[in-house]
Amino acid sequence: MRTTVPRFLWAPAALAWLLVAIPVAGLVVRVDWPNFLGLVTSPSALAALWLSLKTGLATMVLCLVLGGPLAVVLARSSLPGLAFVRSVVLLPLVLPPVVGGLTLLFLFGRTGPVGGWLDREFGVTVPFSTTAVVLAQTFVAMPFLVVSLEGALRTAGQRYEAVAATLGASPFTTLWRVTVPVVLPGLLSGSVLAFARALGEFGATITFAGSLEGTTRTLPLLIYLQSQDDLDGAVAMSLVLVVVAIGVIVVSRTRDLR
Amino acid sequence: MSTRFRSALMAGAAAVLGLALTACGGSDSGSGQQAQAPARTLTVSAAASLTGAYQQLGNEFQAANPGTTVKFNFGGSDALAQQVVQGAPADVLATASSKTMQTAVQAGKIQGEPVVYATNSLQIAVAPNNPKQITDLAAMARPGVISVVCAPAVPCGAAAEAAEKAAGVTLTPASEEQDVKGVLNRVQTGNADAGLVYVTDVKSTQGKVTGVDFPQASAQGAVQSYPIGVVTGSQNADLAQNWINFVRGPQGAAALQQAGFVTK
Repeated sequence: MRTTVPRFLWAPAALAWLLVAIPVAGLVVRVDWPNFLGLVTSPSALAALWLSLKTGLATMVLCLVLGGPLAVVLARSSLPGLAFVRSVVLLPLVLPPVVGGLTLLFLFGRTGPVGGWLDREFGVTVPFSTTAVVLAQTFVAMPFLVVSLEGALRTAGQRYEAVAATLGASPFTTLWRVTVPVVLPGLLSGSVLAFARALGEFGATITFAGSLEGTTRTLPLLIYLQSQDDLDGAVAMSLVLVVVAIGVIVVSRTRDLR
Repeated sequence: MSTRFRSALMAGAAAVLGLALTACGGSDSGSGQQAQAPARTLTVSAAASLTGAYQQLGNEFQAANPGTTVKFNFGGSDALAQQVVQGAPADVLATASSKTMQTAVQAGKIQGEPVVYATNSLQIAVAPNNPKQITDLAAMARPGVISVVCAPAVPCGAAAEAAEKAAGVTLTPASEEQDVKGVLNRVQTGNADAGLVYVTDVKSTQGKVTGVDFPQASAQGAVQSYPIGVVTGSQNADLAQNWINFVRGPQGAAALQQAGFVTK
């Protein structure tokens, strides 16, 4: 049964919704519709869209492979200092992405400790590469997966895992056959959120990876570049990004409701 | 007796009040002493690359014109011109390209013709002492040299393209940055070996990067013009014109040259 919402909440609720909805609607009005298709299918727009999707997917996989285990450790282990570990993971949620980009640049840049070593030993330059884009996106997107997955793990509780263990299942079997299926919706929505965050990433990418068509210039970078020169193109591509983002949110929400 | 006492009291109170008022006024850049010069504020919208030179000139102008305060609005030329077109309050507009100035002129927002009083040209920014021995654009295009330029859509990128064309060299940059400071940053952090920036940008690092001159920097389309004009409807048009004359005068030329500009 649904409880009644107090009436005084309606006005601020409507304002909150409008605050987000009206600017986005304004974007739709501002689009140069007769030339829309041409603007969003220009070679540079397609290159940026493709790069964004590619790096977004790579980021999602990296977040799953690294952030998934981290969420399990945070939710299930009882190591000392876990609270500290958790706050560090949450840092990118609060930090301006530019700061993230700078820290990555100081670490992986040619003069940085890791980047310098890679450059000397293997001749690998991390900045200006697509790898750098994925690293920057993973930096900002990781907490989204870790937070949603850890939340799902805590909500699910450990009863089933305990039962599996008493029936003789190994920790690995328990994780794979019990824990993962139980938190699958949370895992999926967390991954989709991480993907969405990667799609929108701008500050860390431009600071760390640079901007070159086909290599590092993702959709947000192209939008920012065009906004200085060709506003119609920037608006058209912004709308594409909005549509993709809405699609992603819808997908992640329906998974949540299951 | 009592009336005399009262008037004395009144005079004393007035004196105290007057003192308090001058004290208040006095803290505001000493305008209290210059009762004859009315306090005026000149608002100058200027391209970000002018920041250092203009701030120095602003202080000198204020010293030469007591009672005048110069307020700066530094930013990207495109944004500044747009602001003026939209009616933002400004007395002087000084952009970093003729193209951006033209948007204001075409909107009828500049009185008369804007004048070009300075130019800025490209240099190759390299690490101090030029370890990779990059002496011209051809050297910058060598394999193994990580080069960075501005994107062609922004003014410094258009200038870089013009210089490349004049030199018959095609650079394969590792990144096309959003603005010239982005290019400078790549060289300064050692992530790029060479970048195309303006002379004023190299100067602004105070030795953290070295600037290399190359012949095609003076090619058609590679040199950046700095026009200045009085904004239509300015309440301080006379003061605005004084500022323009000041910037074009000997003191202006000295400050601009020190920042790396070539003055006209």
